[in-house]
Amino acid sequence: MLTIQTPEAVMFWVLAPVAVLASLGMLLVKKAVHSALLLAWVMITLAIFYIAQDALFLGIVQIVVYTGAVMMLFLFILMLVGVDASDSLTETIPGLRPIAITAAVGFGGLLVSLIGRATLGHGAVGLETANGPGNVQALAQLLFSTYVWPFEVVSALLITAALGAMVLAHHQRTVARPTQREQAIARFRGASLGSAAGLPNPGVFARHNAVDVPALLPDGSAAPNSISATLKARGDMLESAQFELGEVDNTVTEEK
Amino acid sequence: MNPYNYLYVASLLFTIGAVGVVVRRNAIVVFMCVELMLNAANLTLVTFARINGTLDGQVVAFFTMVVAACEVVVGLAIIVTIYRSRRSASVDDASLLKR
Repeated sequence: MLTIQTPEAVMFWVLAPVAVLASLGMLLVKKAVHSALLLAWVMITLAIFYIAQDALFLGIVQIVVYTGAVMMLFLFILMLVGVDASDSLTETIPGLRPIAITAAVGFGGLLVSLIGRATLGHGAVGLETANGPGNVQALAQLLFSTYVWPFEVVSALLITAALGAMVLAHHQRTVARPTQREQAIARFRGASLGSAAGLPNPGVFARHNAVDVPALLPDGSAAPNSISATLKARGDMLESAQFELGEVDNTVTEEK
Repeated sequence: MNPYNYLYVASLLFTIGAVGVVVRRNAIVVFMCVELMLNAANLTLVTFARINGTLDGQVVAFFTMVVAACEVVVGLAIIVTIYRSRRSASVDDASLLKR
């Protein structure tokens, strides 16, 4: 018969609300990187839960595989893809959010009330006997006897996934990469000669040369293409109007 | 406290993950919500293994982790491929079949 000691109960009541709040925050924060960090925290919490529930091996695997490998992969892809408009929280399908929240409340209520009412017909047993020779040894005993066939199938799946990722990520050029000469010709024979001398650097002609201030063109208008596309997508571009020079006094007074 | 409390947490996490899949637009965040749902299912498996006193649930949870790792690798490769051709990671932009 399983009795849960007080330290585990304290651990549960501290960590469980934090995990639920972190996963809620995952939905609510705007930036995907913050979502990833909150998810990493939820996964670490789950690893602690596993270890507390006599699943030592799974707890360690959770930390190594999920918070180590999988979250690193997520952050790597986030870095590769960069920030774009899909981070915004505006709903594109009207009425989707209320429907989703209503359905979620219904589904969650159903699950919780189901767990509250159902019984297994026996009390919680605990893993003291099953973990007799040690958690890793007992798991290995099961894995290499009862579950040896699924284990082999899973290894085939891993190899297939690795191959699939390589095939998907492999990129073959359909047209040759333009040479410097072709790029120069295209620049001068294009629609306008405006960018023939290269795009302006951020902050040119303005009174501020930070990377988030657009350059000013000779007629005083801002040149948004002088700013990196990532800064534009993040909405970090400043108005350059505030950095324009004021009235320039160009009257000539004759000195005596 | 009894071990069933872990099941309540798992069902809440699963529900939150499902909402995230529906509501968010960034394909990577949607994918992370799928991972959250898988993790919630794993917590359920580990808890039931403890309640029933056998290790079969833990073995299945281990298999789930392996399959989830495969899924992440292939899914992220698909996202990178889509991003390369459309310059967008939004799930709403990949709608060629609709038109």
